Amino acid sequence: MSQLAPPLGAPVSPADSFGGPARVAPGSRALRDVIVLTRRNLVHVAREPLQLSDVLIQPVLFTLLFVYVIGGGVSVAGGSYKEFAVAGLLTLNLTTAAIGTAVGITTDLKTGAIDRFRALPIWRAAVLVGRSLSDLLAAALCMTMVVLTGLAIGWRPHASVLEFVAALAIPLLFAYALSWATACLGLVSDGPESAQGIGLVILFPVAFVSNAMVPTAGMPAFVRAIAEWNPVSAVTAATRDLLGNPNPSALSDAWPMQHPVAAALLWSVAILAVAAPLAVRLYRRRTTD
Amino acid sequence: MVQTIIEAEGLSKRYGETQALAGIDLSVPAGTILGVLGPNGAGKSTAVRILTTLARPTGGWARVAGHDVVTEAGEVRRRIGVTAQDATLDEALSGRQNLRMIAELSGLRRADGASRATELLDRFELAHAADRPVRGYSGGMRRRLDLAASLVANPPVLFLDEPTTGLDPTSRARMWEVIRELVERGTTLLLTTQYLEEADALADRIVVIDHGRIIANGAPSELKAAVGGTRLEVTLTGPHDGAVGALAPLVAGLVDVSSDGRQLRAAVPAGSGVATAVIRALDAVGAVVDDVAVHPPSLDDVFFALTGADSPAAGRQAAGAGPVAPPRLPSQASGTGPAATPDAVPAAHSDHLHGAL
Repeated sequence: MSQLAPPLGAPVSPADSFGGPARVAPGSRALRDVIVLTRRNLVHVAREPLQLSDVLIQPVLFTLLFVYVIGGGVSVAGGSYKEFAVAGLLTLNLTTAAIGTAVGITTDLKTGAIDRFRALPIWRAAVLVGRSLSDLLAAALCMTMVVLTGLAIGWRPHASVLEFVAALAIPLLFAYALSWATACLGLVSDGPESAQGIGLVILFPVAFVSNAMVPTAGMPAFVRAIAEWNPVSAVTAATRDLLGNPNPSALSDAWPMQHPVAAALLWSVAILAVAAPLAVRLYRRRTTD
Repeated sequence: MVQTIIEAEGLSKRYGETQALAGIDLSVPAGTILGVLGPNGAGKSTAVRILTTLARPTGGWARVAGHDVVTEAGEVRRRIGVTAQDATLDEALSGRQNLRMIAELSGLRRADGASRATELLDRFELAHAADRPVRGYSGGMRRRLDLAASLVANPPVLFLDEPTTGLDPTSRARMWEVIRELVERGTTLLLTTQYLEEADALADRIVVIDHGRIIANGAPSELKAAVGGTRLEVTLTGPHDGAVGALAPLVAGLVDVSSDGRQLRAAVPAGSGVATAVIRALDAVGAVVDDVAVHPPSLDDVFFALTGADSPAAGRQAAGAGPVAPPRLPSQASGTGPAATPDAVPAAHSDHLHGAL
């Protein structure tokens, strides 16, 4: 093959720190690494759209199931179940879809992709940050699907543009924080399957023991206490308030239900503050042998 | 003065109870190829993982391109290219996307990365598949892309972990060409392989690793000289009980018999008429000979002389006490290696007879 080939490049001196073409300034390297790795994850999604079933199909399915099958038996003070359900469906779908981060990271560990990245001079946390950002985009897609399905079946927000944007930003921030938490789970699990299995066992109760799909008033006292302090409830209540949809939790005395926006933000920031540094540490440990 | 690009002393690695690497010393001068030879599980990949900063040694130290692999891992990563044993390409990405991604992560500007990717895809004859997902690539294409990926940033030091394992002979020959060309350009290369002929064909020096230790170290010719003697290989039409006894007076040391009883191998004293004497002796006991070959020792012989104690003894007979040499590696027994192999025997050195006698 040598005869038809252009040269491989100028000979390199081993003492030369940077052989080859000019390189970007080191200051912007971390950001560049994150962008490159985020884009790489998005190409994966584009190539395997089935990966998106939990953010494309599940939201539609859940919305229809809850509104038309389960909702008929639930009465909501101050409005219809449909009006009540959509904010809950946003939080519910985003919460369960957060497991995607754990699955993505364990898959990359398993296939050796992370080994390849590690032998490159990149910012170490870029792999995690890139994953969290591509999953944030997936979460935004998930949210769009819920909103569109909701609109299609007759749900309406009663909010200003600003309130509407805030109503979507709050669950999105929560989803971002959760994806760092599931990253931690992925980094301590054996593989994609076990990460998914364990993750859903944890996330399903978290998603459902909340005000997301049914009002907490009908729950036994101790379950209600858990539900009212559940971050999922705070996020859902905040979203309902901002969307101008019925929010029966406002009648509760629990602090997070009285201050849902503050509680949702505090919870998200707290989860992020704990999970992100922990994930970086776990990643470091997992990839050092 | 020639610079030492890869150096290590007492490098060891323990995984729990397993001593994967038990203290190895390396010294690779600039612009040369070191072949690291050993069976599966010998510690080759562990050594490569440490030298490429993917694993930390539990003992000893190593420097690559003048930088410590533990304390200056970032500096080392800027100067190395790595092709892992299992191609770590991104299956969902196209060949071009893989190369561009690596280029950008290596710090090349976007436009430079794009042109570098195109250049390498052409160079490695992957242009036709450049925009298809790697998932559909053949084994040879993957290996070429993997090698191309490790060359993206034009690193002065390259680590290739079993670059031709699983490749067909044509793909292997191409890979060899590329490797030789890299070294001509001044790249320093550490190559692990299970293929003796590959180390012989490419490497300036060879270390043989077994059970995490270096059991031999030298130029290919030195290693072969160390084993000494001339090798005899006899193929019988069928197994024969008297064959080993008939050969015993003619050979130095042991006769190794294959499991089907048809192949006999041994060291013989150099000298004329060996093949004739062998055929006569076998004919005298009624053993029918299909093929006799007498040739200088190959690296197979070196390897088996060094690690023979591990061999499965089942189905073997020895003319004396002591360990029995194991069978040849499948890679060579199959006889499908590229023609460039220097120890692809016949040529002037051997005394080769064919046909029924």
